[in-house]
Amino acid sequence: MTTHTGMSPQVRLANEIAVHFHHQPPEQAATAIAEHIRAFWDPRMRTELLQRAESEPDALDPRALAAARLLTG
Amino acid sequence: MSLLKEPDLGTPAKPGPATVTVEVDGHPVAVPEGTSVMRAAALSGIDIPKLCATDSLEAFGSCRLCLVEIDGRRGTPASCTTPVTQGMKVTTQSPKLEKLRQGVMELYISDHPLDCLTCSANGDCELQDMSGVVGLRQVRYGYDGENHLDEKTDSSNPYFDFEASKCIACSRCVRACGEVQGTFALTIEGRGFGSKVSAGGTDFMSSECVSCGACVQACPTATLQEKSVVQLGMPTRSVVTTCAYCGVGCSFKAELRGAELVRMVPYKDGGANEGHSCVKGRFAFGYATHPDRVLTPMVRESITDEWRPVDWETAISYTASKLKDIQTRHGVGAIGGITSSRTTNEEVYVVQKMIRAAFGNNNVDTCARVCHSPTGYGLKQTFGTSAGTQDFRSVAKSDVIMVIGANPTDGHPVFASRMKRRLREGAKLIVVDPRRIDLVRSPHIEAAHHLQLAPGTNVAVVNAMAHVVLTEGLVDRSFVDERCEDFDAWAEFIARPENSPEAVEELTGVPAEELRAAARLYATGGNGAIYYGLGVTEHSQGSTMVMGMANLAMATGNIGRDGVGVNPLRGQNNVQGSCDMGSFPHELPGYRHVSDDVVRGVFENMWGSTLLPEPGLRIPNMFDAAIEGTFRAIFVQGEDIAQSDPNTKHVHAALAAMELVVVQDLFLNETAKFAHVFLPGTSFLEKDGTFTNAERRINRVRPVMAPKTGKHEWEIVAEIAQAMGYPMRYDQPSQIMDEIAALTPTFAGVSFDKLDKLGSVQWPCNDNAPEGTPIMHMDGFVRGKGRFVQTPFVPTRERSTRKFPLILTTGRILSQYNVGAQTRRTGNVAWHPEDVLEIHPHDAEVRGINDGDEVTLASRVGATSLRAVFSDRMPVGVVYTTFHHPVTGANVVTTENSDWATNCPEYKVTAVQVGLKNPPATADVASSEHRLPAMAD
Repeated sequence: MTTHTGMSPQVRLANEIAVHFHHQPPEQAATAIAEHIRAFWDPRMRTELLQRAESEPDALDPRALAAARLLTG
Repeated sequence: MSLLKEPDLGTPAKPGPATVTVEVDGHPVAVPEGTSVMRAAALSGIDIPKLCATDSLEAFGSCRLCLVEIDGRRGTPASCTTPVTQGMKVTTQSPKLEKLRQGVMELYISDHPLDCLTCSANGDCELQDMSGVVGLRQVRYGYDGENHLDEKTDSSNPYFDFEASKCIACSRCVRACGEVQGTFALTIEGRGFGSKVSAGGTDFMSSECVSCGACVQACPTATLQEKSVVQLGMPTRSVVTTCAYCGVGCSFKAELRGAELVRMVPYKDGGANEGHSCVKGRFAFGYATHPDRVLTPMVRESITDEWRPVDWETAISYTASKLKDIQTRHGVGAIGGITSSRTTNEEVYVVQKMIRAAFGNNNVDTCARVCHSPTGYGLKQTFGTSAGTQDFRSVAKSDVIMVIGANPTDGHPVFASRMKRRLREGAKLIVVDPRRIDLVRSPHIEAAHHLQLAPGTNVAVVNAMAHVVLTEGLVDRSFVDERCEDFDAWAEFIARPENSPEAVEELTGVPAEELRAAARLYATGGNGAIYYGLGVTEHSQGSTMVMGMANLAMATGNIGRDGVGVNPLRGQNNVQGSCDMGSFPHELPGYRHVSDDVVRGVFENMWGSTLLPEPGLRIPNMFDAAIEGTFRAIFVQGEDIAQSDPNTKHVHAALAAMELVVVQDLFLNETAKFAHVFLPGTSFLEKDGTFTNAERRINRVRPVMAPKTGKHEWEIVAEIAQAMGYPMRYDQPSQIMDEIAALTPTFAGVSFDKLDKLGSVQWPCNDNAPEGTPIMHMDGFVRGKGRFVQTPFVPTRERSTRKFPLILTTGRILSQYNVGAQTRRTGNVAWHPEDVLEIHPHDAEVRGINDGDEVTLASRVGATSLRAVFSDRMPVGVVYTTFHHPVTGANVVTTENSDWATNCPEYKVTAVQVGLKNPPATADVASSEHRLPAMAD
């Protein structure tokens, strides 16, 4: 599924979260984004995000991509 | 229960200890300094005759009936306007006083219709009572002279009549309109014998009157009388309960004759409203008995089928078997539900319990998702708990009141009256809003600063205010050092030049000097209080803005005492309670995360069920998952998501994709058009439980009548859970509250018995605070130290473009309530029969639009049509509408954009274009293929 922006909802949401952590150093931001997603997202949304991170990494904000990779751990 | 009549002590209470002792007819009584003789007498058990005095209004001294004699003083002063002095000796009855009072009454009665036996106020008329009290036996003056007996009755208001011939010109209505309501719509016109009450020279309906009912409440005769009393007669019994409209949570006496509700009268002992009301709570209760209500359960296989009425057993077993079948085929996580902020805490609690324990997942969310979920997130991050900091009374101690993104006179009118009273006393007002709301300039009130910011720039403005506080040395260092953490990093961030008022002026549209002056006033003007609404939360940075306001309050030390604080004005009657009760997919009751093994273990032990440690789906995620095919069924308790949620086309597609939609509601609403099971719900008049208002006040909701559907909503939910194989049974709603108290530390001391004894309590209510907590964070923040959070401004993705050059923002109006399901079925439609588009004359002119034209409103996701009304309340480039009528479908144009942290929709910023409706609009309002003619709403 894609939205009006042409992105999957999970990619769009992850990118929106990531923008709000741009003021933090990349590693710290990735950790905070991953914590936020872990705390608020249903597992199926996280799974979808991980799949998107694999299949279309360029669609993700670099900090969101880093966060997604942390979620696999 | 008989009719509850609260004592009227004649004049308002004065604060302070009872240090002044006086003697009234030989009875000693001690009262606070400044107390009137009348009130002191009443407190000693002696009622002095009165007509123009009532304890909700300041003394006026016009009727001359309350005269007394005081040892050592000449004459017969009015007891209402005479303050007590130490050692004063008062005589309330003497031959001289008797004669004077009889003379006064004789004059009143000589110009009053003698139709007591057929008068609608017979038995509830103070003029009638006082005639008896003073012993009036004859009236020497006939009706031959000039009188007012032929004055015409004004019946223009839908709810009350003004029978001028019965008016005694006591001014109680005029004073109530000013002092209590703060509208000043009424006046005394003329002088001497020609004096009469006037609604500004016109009839009530055409006047500035807001129909709050304060004048009707204050009137001592039948002059201002509810039409329902005229039609049905005087009520004979009362039930004290709680209003089901906004988050103020007013207490009312539901007054009945037999089983018929005659009127709702605001309850003086109600902690939230203290005897005041608004047009919705006071008068707009007719929806509860409206013929549109569905009282029988119904099912259907397909949404194109006709509804089939069934008995409760069939409806419950059908629902349970369908839900189980879907889980068998699609997995445990394929179903979920939404709780309602219009139902009681107990009803919400059982729905989330059903979902977590019987459905076996955490796919539960609530309508707070689309309004105040950013409040929950933001205040928890900074203060440690997801609730406002103050009680409503606190505003009386505020010196600077900052209203951000809220319109209290329309959305929270009874609290607005408290606020206006304080502003008339001299508190300063700062309004931060793109729209010039009524508070900016209204009778006896004028905002010191109106920061008319561009929609979507809240965070830039609050950061700039904090920048001024920090860089101009206005930080309360002792408060910050003692009570807060992470200040230095925040200070480094907020001091950056890009956060200065000058740097953001072009972006926000707020002149830098005006912003600086507002920031200085908030920081240095004494007790600074922030009140905010959905204009803060319903943005892509809603949560950031909540944290930005919390930062500002902490930096200036405006937290933890009377008169200050950060206070969300909650939209619905129980939105605070629905959040408290564990309606969010990541939190169990009491805002505790589902991943906390210890907390989850407590619930598992009590509920006898294994709970998932992972969050479930939020409402927007449910819609997305439904379209993706992984979410197949939803239980919707009392929320019309098909009308209220953004991007209607997307919501409708999601609902249409589901195998099972179960709606529990009063009416066949827009969502019911997609439903397969309709479970009729109960109105607030039938409910038995509690609501929690915006100040965390837990109020009892008492049944005024038995459920018209034959079952309470909590019973239905428990039976569905049982039919799914999970044992859930309660005999009384008090048992549900007992379970909540046993599981939720902030509710540990709450019980129906305590609420009946104390009237209400504000959580936290536990061993540390057995009678509740009016003001939070007094001795320390809930999380220990208040936490400063950096809040960089990130512009919304929603931008005006050549194709969509205007910005639409939305709000609500006084007479209607949210999607209008209740108020559209009352006399309130007289004030607001349709949603209109407010547009600046300049924006209209360049589009060839005249005032009153039908226009098309289009965004990138949809279009609708409505009537344009010229208004200069918004700046050029911004248009505004309400969302009370499904035919307009304002959410057809709102988008999928949402708050980054909580997914709360960005209702307040939508890029749109407006044009004359020619050719006809392309609106896909409530996509016609799903609009079934058999269903009326």
